[in-house]
Amino acid sequence: MPDSGISLIFQGANFWRLLQGLWVTIRIALISASLSLMLGTLLGLLMTGKSRIITILTRIYLDFIRIMPQLVLLFLVYFGLTRLWGINLSSWTASILVFTLWGTAEMGDLVRGALVSIPSHQYESAAALGLGRAETFRYVILPQAMRRLIPPSINLITRMIKTTALVEIIGVVEVLKTGQQVIDVNRMKYPTGALWIYGCIFVMYYLVCRPVSSAAARLERKWRG
Amino acid sequence: MNLNGSVLLSYLSIYLSAAWMTLKIAGLGVLLSALVGMLCSMTAYYRIPVLQRIAAGYIEISRNTPLLVQLFFLYFGLPKIGIRLSGFACAVIGTAFLGGSYMAESFRSGLEAVEQGQRESAESLGMSRLQAMRYVIFPQALALSVPGLFANIIFLIKETSVVSAIALPDLMYAAKDLIGNDYNTGEALLLLTASYLCILLPISMLARFTERRLRYAGFGN
Repeated sequence: MPDSGISLIFQGANFWRLLQGLWVTIRIALISASLSLMLGTLLGLLMTGKSRIITILTRIYLDFIRIMPQLVLLFLVYFGLTRLWGINLSSWTASILVFTLWGTAEMGDLVRGALVSIPSHQYESAAALGLGRAETFRYVILPQAMRRLIPPSINLITRMIKTTALVEIIGVVEVLKTGQQVIDVNRMKYPTGALWIYGCIFVMYYLVCRPVSSAAARLERKWRG
Repeated sequence: MNLNGSVLLSYLSIYLSAAWMTLKIAGLGVLLSALVGMLCSMTAYYRIPVLQRIAAGYIEISRNTPLLVQLFFLYFGLPKIGIRLSGFACAVIGTAFLGGSYMAESFRSGLEAVEQGQRESAESLGMSRLQAMRYVIFPQALALSVPGLFANIIFLIKETSVVSAIALPDLMYAAKDLIGNDYNTGEALLLLTASYLCILLPISMLARFTERRLRYAGFGN
């Protein structure tokens, strides 16, 4: 008589393995997110610069990356680079590369938006008070820009975590893949395993993303007024 | 990398039908999610006791889980308790489940941005609640939420690329299939990229255009 699927989650090392899989997902997301935050800030500053060529180039980069589904980008890097230049990236490296490219574009746009949204009278008032360029940026612009920037940047991290579920498709053994393995091994003994394992992964994602996104929402409410 | 022209041509029809699949799922998903989103935002706007809570809970769950996991649960998990849906139905339901919360947020911010005075004026003119919503508040809220709605539509079309994981022959599936079968990786990826550009570029341009147009219609606020 087949057992109920719910006990499958906790049988043997299954739950531990799922957690390890989840950790792979989170690690990819965290590495890519921190790279994106840095590179994106740089990109955002570049985009608000005066150079026409840089504006156009960054615009093309941004538009292309943001219009392509992340899965397509993964395929382009993972399969395309190999074909084009013979660069063989592991699926792990390809994932981090793609998510960093994508995150940098998103972050760059956020930084640009935050800087542009600061009314020009702020710059003018600072100048009228005799503040230099560096001082204006440090004491006037940055504090205001940060308030607009931090909530969506935190949101970007949750989006990153959610999107990393895709790496399963190019063969990274993360939480979904581990779940599939557990289900396949126990297909005969636990016929309802799929319901419980995928349900468990569903809940895991929720528990990971929820605190981060609610922190973002709380900061946004706090700083809006 | 040399691309083979005749291979590209022979793949064209596969990609066309795949693009149609992508558009069908995305179109239905977007429509349903707009409906779900509208209902959810209304429960919050009118502060309907129990429903408001349910909608908020749904939004929380939907926004904090990836579509791929939602689809796996629907497609592989639910049949175990006797709920057997076709892949296509799962894809549409999944897209609507995910998109509903995003749409709800956009509508909500639109509704919130309409001044309270509008509602009061409408009611003082003798309009019923429904009329006030239908003729006064909603049109303004809709205009205000258009940028958000467009962003959601683009987001959802992109998200549908994961439905290939539950064996639906969409664009992503076509590319995966052709790479696996014929090894014409370059051609398959080029057509994949081009197809998504053809679908998404016009929409994103339209989004930018309407956003600029709507900025003129500020309704005095």
